[in-house]
Amino acid sequence: MIEVSGLHKSFGRNTVLKGIDLVLPAGNVTAVLGPNGSGKTTLLKSILGMVLPDKGDIRVLGRSIHHQWEYRQAIGYLPQIARFPENLTVQELIRMVMDLRRQRADEGPLLALFDLEHFLKKRLRYLSGGTRQKINVMLAFLFDHQIMILDEPTAGLDPLAVLHLKELIRNERQKGKTICLTTHILPLVDDIADRVVYLLEGNVYFEGTIGQLKEKYKGGNTESAIGRMLQPEKYD
Amino acid sequence: MVLSCLLLISVAAGADTLSVSPDSRFSSIQDAVNHARSGDVIFVQHATYHEGNILIDKKLNLTGIEYPEIYPGDTAEGFVVIADSVVIRGFQISDVARSYLKDRAGIRINDCRHCLIENNRLIRTFFGIYLKNARGCIIRDNEIEGVPGDEASTGNAIHLWYSKDITVERNTARGHRDGIYLEFVENSHVENNFSENNIRYGLHFMFSNNDDYRYNTFRKNGAGVAVMYSRNIIMENNVFEQNRGSSSYGLLLKDILDGQIRFNHFIENTIGIYADGSNRILYEFNEFRENGWALKILGSCSDNTITQNNFTGNTFDVMTNSKTSMNTFTGNYWSHYSGYDLDRDGVGDVPYRPVRLFSYIVGNVPSSILLLRSFFVELLNYAEQITPAVTPAFLEDRSPRMKIIKP
Amino acid sequence: MIKILKYSFFDLIRSKWSLIYFLFYLAVTFGLLYMSSDSSKAFLSLSNIVLLITPLTGTLFGALYYYNSKEFNELLLALPIRRSAIFIGRYLGLSLSLSLSFLAGVCIPFLFYGFQKAIGPGGFALFLMTGVMLTLIFSAISFLIALKNDNTIKGFGICLLVWLFLSILFDGIFLILLVYFERYPLDKLALALTLLNPIDLSRIIMTLQMDISALLGYTGAVFRRFFGSASGIIYASLALMFWIAVPVWLILIISRRKDF
Repeated sequence: MIEVSGLHKSFGRNTVLKGIDLVLPAGNVTAVLGPNGSGKTTLLKSILGMVLPDKGDIRVLGRSIHHQWEYRQAIGYLPQIARFPENLTVQELIRMVMDLRRQRADEGPLLALFDLEHFLKKRLRYLSGGTRQKINVMLAFLFDHQIMILDEPTAGLDPLAVLHLKELIRNERQKGKTICLTTHILPLVDDIADRVVYLLEGNVYFEGTIGQLKEKYKGGNTESAIGRMLQPEKYD
Repeated sequence: MVLSCLLLISVAAGADTLSVSPDSRFSSIQDAVNHARSGDVIFVQHATYHEGNILIDKKLNLTGIEYPEIYPGDTAEGFVVIADSVVIRGFQISDVARSYLKDRAGIRINDCRHCLIENNRLIRTFFGIYLKNARGCIIRDNEIEGVPGDEASTGNAIHLWYSKDITVERNTARGHRDGIYLEFVENSHVENNFSENNIRYGLHFMFSNNDDYRYNTFRKNGAGVAVMYSRNIIMENNVFEQNRGSSSYGLLLKDILDGQIRFNHFIENTIGIYADGSNRILYEFNEFRENGWALKILGSCSDNTITQNNFTGNTFDVMTNSKTSMNTFTGNYWSHYSGYDLDRDGVGDVPYRPVRLFSYIVGNVPSSILLLRSFFVELLNYAEQITPAVTPAFLEDRSPRMKIIKP
Repeated sequence: MIKILKYSFFDLIRSKWSLIYFLFYLAVTFGLLYMSSDSSKAFLSLSNIVLLITPLTGTLFGALYYYNSKEFNELLLALPIRRSAIFIGRYLGLSLSLSLSFLAGVCIPFLFYGFQKAIGPGGFALFLMTGVMLTLIFSAISFLIALKNDNTIKGFGICLLVWLFLSILFDGIFLILLVYFERYPLDKLALALTLLNPIDLSRIIMTLQMDISALLGYTGAVFRRFFGSASGIIYASLALMFWIAVPVWLILIISRRKDF
C-alpha cells in the first residue's frame, strides 16, 4: 500500500503537484492517468524517491520514505525508456541487477516467456529497441516485489509481448501486490486496472474504481467516461 | 729493505738520506732540514708532528711515509719553500688557522722554480697550496678539503699568484673559496682536476693569459669556472655540472679575449655559460644539457662563433639583453627546434631563433617563472618566433642540425 | 558503491572510447620515443600533451558518459541503493577506466624502450601520478557540471569553457596580473594563484622535474624554499588531492538534492 498526502512539487516556477492526496491499496492495479504535464511521472518518481517533494508525505508499506532508500527493496520499477550500460551482455545485466539488489531470482521463466534466451550473451548495444524493452519488463518482474510501478509499460512492445505483460500484471495482482501504472492506452485500463486516478494540472481530479468512474460519468468504457469527464458539454 | 734500496739510490746520486720520526735523531722536520745539504732526501715517518712554518731553504726532497700528520698550530703555516727544485710529497697537513691579515697556507712556495708538490692531503687549511712568483712548478695528485664557511673566512685550495709555466693536475679541491685560483699566471696548464662544493668558483682566472684547462670536472660550486680579464684561455673537455643557485654559472666569462671553448659538457647548471664583454671566442662541439639557461650572452660580447654545439633539454637555450647580435650562431643542434628538413641534408630548412620571449618576461618579472611551459606562454613564444618584436631577430641559427652532433 | 564502480568500470573498459583513448596514448608515446633523437625532448612533448589532453578527455568523457547513461542512472536510482553510492561509484568507474587507458597507453611504449635517463623512475612515477590526478579531477568537474545541467548542449559548453579557461586563459590572466603588479612582492600570491588551477599545479610538478636548474636560479626566499626541496612537490600534490575532493564533495551534495 502507498499513501500520499499533501504532496507538493514545483520545478522552478513550474508547479507540477499542488497537494496530492492518494491511497494506492494493495491487491489493486491503479492506473494513474492524465494529460501530458499533469504530473503523472513526477508522482511516480516521488514515490520512487527520484524526485524530492517540497511538501507532504509519502508512506510506502506504512512507513515514510523521507530520506530513506531501503524501502525501494520492496519496489519493482519499469521505466518508460530503458537504457543500460551499453557494453554489458544481457546476462551480465541480470547478474548486476541481482547483485545490486542483493536479491536472487530465477530469470529462466521470464526469459522463456519473452523469448530472450538467445540474447543472453549479446551486448546490450547491439539489441533493438523492442528487445531492450522486453529486458526492461523482465527485470521489473524478476523479483517478488510488494509494489510495482510501471511507467508506460506497453510502449515499444510487440502485441504478443503486451499479452504476456498483461498476464504478468494480473498474476501479481492475484498475489495481493500494489501495482501502479501510467499509460496513454485507455483500453488497457479497462483490461487490467481496478482503480483510476486522474490527475489534472497537479491536482487529483478523480480517484476511484473503474466502476465508479463509468457510473459517475456515464461512460460505456474508460475512454468515453473520461471523455465525458473532461468535456461534459460536448456529450450532453 | 725498501728503505735500504732507496738509500742506495740516493747514495749513488751523491746525496744523503735523512729520516725523521719522533724517537730517532731527528724528531722534528725542521731539525732534519737544517742539518741536510742541498740535494738530500728526507723521509718523514708516519707520526703526528706539531710544528709549523717549516722553512725549506735548499733543494730538498721531502717524502712522507704513510702520510705523517702535521699540525702547524694556531698562528703558523705548514711548509714554506723558498728554494728551487724542492719536492714535497706524501704529507697530511691539517688545521691551518684562518687569518684576516695573512694568507696562511698548508704549503707555500715563494719566489722559486721547478718545485714538485704531489700526493699531499690538506685538511681544513685556510689556503691549501699557495704559489707566489713561482715558475715551472708541478702541483699534482693532492687532496685539499676545507670547511665551507663564507667567502671571507675561507681561502683558496690552490692559489697561484704571479707565476708562469705551472702544471696543476689530478688534484681534488673541496670546500674552499675557489678550488683553483690563478692571478697573473701565464702559460700554465690545469688538467684532470676535480673541484666540488667550493663557495665561489671551482676554477678562477684573473688577469692570466695563454693558459689552458682540460678534462677537469667542476661540480656544485657557487660557479664552475670564472675566467676574468684574461686572454687566450683554452678550455676543453671539461665537465661543468650542477652549479646551481641564483647567481650560479657553469662558466662565467668576463672581459676576456681570444679563447676557445670546445668539447665541454655543461650539465644541469642554472646558467651554462654567462658571457659578459667576451670577444673573439670559439664555442665548438660543446654539450649543453638540461641547464636553466644554456648560454647567456650579453650585448657586450661580439665576434664570438657558436657552432656545432648540442643544446638539449635546456629550459632556455640562449638569452641576451640586446636587440642586436654581433655573434655567429651556426650549425648547432637545438632540441627545441621544430623545423623540418625537406632536402634531407641534415640541416633544418628554416632558421632557429634560440631566444625565447618568455625568458625576457622572467627576467623582468621573476615570479612569472611559475608559468614556465604553460600553454599561454608557449603561445606567446610561438607568436614571437614568427614575428620577433622583443627578441633579437638576427640572433638565429640559419643552419640548425636535425640530429645530435657527434664530435 | 564498490559494486556500482565495478559495473561502470567493466562497462566502460570495454567501450570503444576507452580503446581509442588507450590507442591514442600508445601511438603518441611510441611515436615520440621513436622519432625524437633525444629522450628529454620526447618526454617534454609527452608531458605537454598529457597536460593538454588528459583534462580535455576527462572533461569530455565525463560529460559524455553522464549524459549517455542518464536513463541508466534512473534505473539505478529506483533500486535500493544510496544516491551517494550511485554517483560516486559511477564517477570512480569512469575515472579509473580513463586512468587505466592513460597508464597502459603511456607505460607500454616505455617498457618497450626502457626508462630514459631524462626522467628516471621517480620522475616517471610522478608524471604518471600527475596524469591520473588530472583525469580524476577533470572527470569529477565534468561529472559535476553534467549533474548540474540537464541540458546536454549547455553542459558540454560549460565543460569546454572550463577546460579552455584552466588550460589557457587562466595563465594569461595570471601573467598579466604578475606583470601589472610587478613592483609588489608577489611570490606568495603567485604560489597561491597556482592553487586555483589544477593544470598549473600539475605543470609545476613536471617543471620541478625537468627545469629545476632554471627554477633554482630564482632569488626570492619563498620560491627558493618551494623549489629547493621536496616541499614543492608535496604542496602541489596535496593541492591536487584537494582538487579531487572538492568536486567529489559537490557531486555528493548536488546528487542528494537533485530531482531526476
